[in-house]
Amino acid sequence: MLSRGRCFPAASRIRPLVRAFCDAPPLLQDAAAGAPSSQDHTEKGDDVKARPDELDIAIVGGGMVGLAVACALSNMPLTKHLRVGIIDSNPALKSRNYLKKDGVPDSRVSTITPATISFFRDIGAWDHVQQQRHAFFGKMQVWDYTGLGYTRYSARDVGKEYLGCVVENKVLCNSLLLRLQEENGDIEKMIYPTRLISLALPSKSRQAPTREAISSGYPPEELNRSNLVKLELSDGQTLYSKLVVGADGSKSNVRQTAGIKTTGWNYPQSAIICTVEHITENDCAWQRFLPSGPIALLPIGDNYSNIVWTMSPEESLRHKSMSPEDFVKSVNNALDFGYGPHPHSGNLDYYMEKLFSDIGSTATSTKECFEVPPKAIGVVSERMAFPLSLKHSHDYVSKRIALVGDAAHTVHPLAGQGVNLGFGDAAALAKVIADGVSVGADFGDISMLKRYENDRKAANVAMAALLDGFQKMYSVDFGPLNVLRAAAFHGAQYISPLKKNIISYAMGDAKWPLFS
Amino acid sequence: MLRRVAPSLRRAILTSSAHGRAGAQLTEPGLSPRHALLPQWRLCSSAASTNSPPPPPPPPSSPPQGTPRPAGGSTVSSLNPAEVAKFAAIAETWWDSEGPFKPLHLMNPTRLSFIRSTLCRHFRRDPNSSKPLEGLKVIDVGCGGGILSEPLARMGATVTGIDAVDKNIKIARVHAASDPSTASIEYFCTTAEDLVKENKQFDAVISLEVIEHVANPSGFCESLSALTVPNGATVISTINRSMRAYATAIVAAEYILNWLPKGTHQWSKLVTPEELVLILERASISVQEMAGFVYNPLRGEWSLSDDLTVNYIAYGMKKVETPSESN
Ligand SMILES: Cc1cc2nc3c(=O)[nH]c(=O)nc-3n(C[C@H](O)[C@H](O)[C@H](O)COP(=O)(O)OP(=O)(O)OC[C@H]3O[C@@H](n4cnc5c(N)ncnc54)[C@H](O)[C@@H]3O)c2cc1C
Ligand SMILES: C[S@@+](CC[C@H](N)C(=O)[O-])C[C@H]1O[C@@H](n2cnc3c(N)ncnc32)[C@H](O)[C@@H]1O
Repeated sequence: MLSRGRCFPAASRIRPLVRAFCDAPPLLQDAAAGAPSSQDHTEKGDDVKARPDELDIAIVGGGMVGLAVACALSNMPLTKHLRVGIIDSNPALKSRNYLKKDGVPDSRVSTITPATISFFRDIGAWDHVQQQRHAFFGKMQVWDYTGLGYTRYSARDVGKEYLGCVVENKVLCNSLLLRLQEENGDIEKMIYPTRLISLALPSKSRQAPTREAISSGYPPEELNRSNLVKLELSDGQTLYSKLVVGADGSKSNVRQTAGIKTTGWNYPQSAIICTVEHITENDCAWQRFLPSGPIALLPIGDNYSNIVWTMSPEESLRHKSMSPEDFVKSVNNALDFGYGPHPHSGNLDYYMEKLFSDIGSTATSTKECFEVPPKAIGVVSERMAFPLSLKHSHDYVSKRIALVGDAAHTVHPLAGQGVNLGFGDAAALAKVIADGVSVGADFGDISMLKRYENDRKAANVAMAALLDGFQKMYSVDFGPLNVLRAAAFHGAQYISPLKKNIISYAMGDAKWPLFS
Repeated sequence: MLRRVAPSLRRAILTSSAHGRAGAQLTEPGLSPRHALLPQWRLCSSAASTNSPPPPPPPPSSPPQGTPRPAGGSTVSSLNPAEVAKFAAIAETWWDSEGPFKPLHLMNPTRLSFIRSTLCRHFRRDPNSSKPLEGLKVIDVGCGGGILSEPLARMGATVTGIDAVDKNIKIARVHAASDPSTASIEYFCTTAEDLVKENKQFDAVISLEVIEHVANPSGFCESLSALTVPNGATVISTINRSMRAYATAIVAAEYILNWLPKGTHQWSKLVTPEELVLILERASISVQEMAGFVYNPLRGEWSLSDDLTVNYIAYGMKKVETPSESN
């Protein structure tokens, strides 16, 4: 059914749809004999006219998402011949070795979902993640400060081995880089250690040949380039490319130059992030909603955890500058009795059980008891504060431009979805480019790129709205709402199908949030 | 002769011959091809500019009758500024994906995926290759502005594009030159018939959405066959002569959606899949596969299906024997 809905499925899927008008299957013995022999010598650089300053695809931004696009392209048979360049001055792109597992984990981490993990497997980068520091978790506890509700999720509820995996951003980047190196041999040529200054979009001339162009008999050089985007780099170089992928983060220069507008707002909140140490290993992802926003404690391997704590900008400044001892005290307080009591499973259970008694099946962890997270004994990294915002591009594509990752959307870091959406973008864009190559399309063509936008926009908007809704729900401290909120948690605890949906969606394998 | 054709089709062919339709089309001696085709080229070339009065759509229930269209000399002068300006205007529409050729643009990926898959099997090419047609000589007959020729070139083929309308060829050349991967396409203003006279042959001969614009489909198919090397491939797509085709392709596309210039298609010129198989068979091309195109208005995309009632595409193999031997 899928192949019918989509316009050009992989060529191999066409067969069954086609009415064969012959009795014998057309394995053309004699045809092949008479036909020209098929030697495939499609190799990189066989495009005779390829000039050194011309690319097929210029990826601006070598963050996690930009590198993922490059890696996905070099792993697909239909796209590996493309000339791809990555423009980013970030020194991390110079790394060619595994990062050491000892030492303190970086404070910038991502919670990646099983969907992202399988994407990494597909493009061959997961092996490299496994050689470096990463931490799977199979349990998750979410509760709030009113003491009215809590939910414990476990991977067993959805028949999986784990719920997610916490990996340092630098490990994700490095794994993608190493994979690129494996695929391409020399990636020095691929990486332009500089920054994009400006873009010049192709003129209209490809659509409407000018009178000069027609009468002058098509002077090759200029006409060829009239069709490409011109990129000016900060080291003085100029590049030309058929397609520019904007993977340059939330302040995307590519997006601004292309004149693509965004909608969104800043949350009156900042997030403070750092690494803390425990006495024992942490194996659960913890999240508690406080009056000022959520605090999350994520396992990152050994006795370390990562903290992402959302609070007002003033509070975040205070928490950044207070002594490490005070900060640790404050963290432990926030994850324990601070702001309110522990939830008692008794508080609401009576009502909940009445409410949901009709629903027979319950998830296995329904009756799992509330636990207190492991205490932090010290803060072992620098504390960093980031302002939070929700931002969504009106368009993900325009002529010869495609935006991916934070350049296209930033969401509340609440459920650790940000970069997962970005990896989803990378996978979808690479797929659309491969589909285009398979049918000989010009992959900078807007009608091709629109397919990518259609694929991704719905998913990203739904997730942004869901997280925004959550964030709003938890930023109000108002009695009745608190009860409702707690009821929602308890609801999630009691109604298994609903809970499974929430987990599935957060894990990146459900298409639509809730009630689907 | 029909040994490769499935029983259901054989039935269909017999039925349609019984009505005298296929026979009439096939034996129709026609005018000299060049003459006969001219009015139809005008239809296509006039897509953007002319304002020829729309022919009254024939009542779908009546048996197809040719409505003669006024012919007009379509001689193209050498370049003068006014003409050049007109080319620019037409180029805009050939390559404007929202313009009069929108349906072709929308259908392009779908029909190319059919071509890719059939040619890969025919020539035993690796379907995972980015340039599976490398080294193959392919001709696009009735290439228009080159909407099909360019992707074929990107898939590695050595492409020749021909069209009977000089303006189209000029536009196609300029457009192809703006991308190195298509700059090697050779475009000529000529007809299939004239190329046959020059003894030109190609590994694959492709002519999409053209046969419905020619006056003598069987003569046209014979030319396509003559251009194909023995054991080579021929691909043809067109619109079926069915009630649904009338309703969707002609009334909807030309009169309601204004996708196509009015009068682009004439009911009587349309060929059914059964007729096409027969015509090709006579021209020594045995049809191997057919597929229909269906439009999904919600997604705005076409997909392949086994429903041949509106738009369809056929791929066949040029037989080694001559027509006289096979009959
Ligand atoms: C506090 C915080 C916590 C987060 N926690 C999580 C989490 O737990 N889980 C999760 O999934 N996500 C999380 N996110 C979101 C996640 O970090 C982002 O979604 C992710 O980094 C986006 O990746 P990206 O590659 O799109 O952009 P970035 O990582 O921002 O990379 C952009 C790259 O572009 C380069 N660049 C920028 N401008 C130019 C230019 N002009 N020329 C050349 N290069 C340029 C930069 O050097 C950079 O390398 C969090 C975000 C924040 C702020
Ligand atoms: C509907 S357009 C199809 C264009 C192109 N094949 C495509 O599908 O994108 C039909 C084209 O066929 C051309 N044409 C019609 N009869 C022809 C013939 N006998 N030889 C060459 N070209 C012809 C017309 O000039 C016109 O450009």
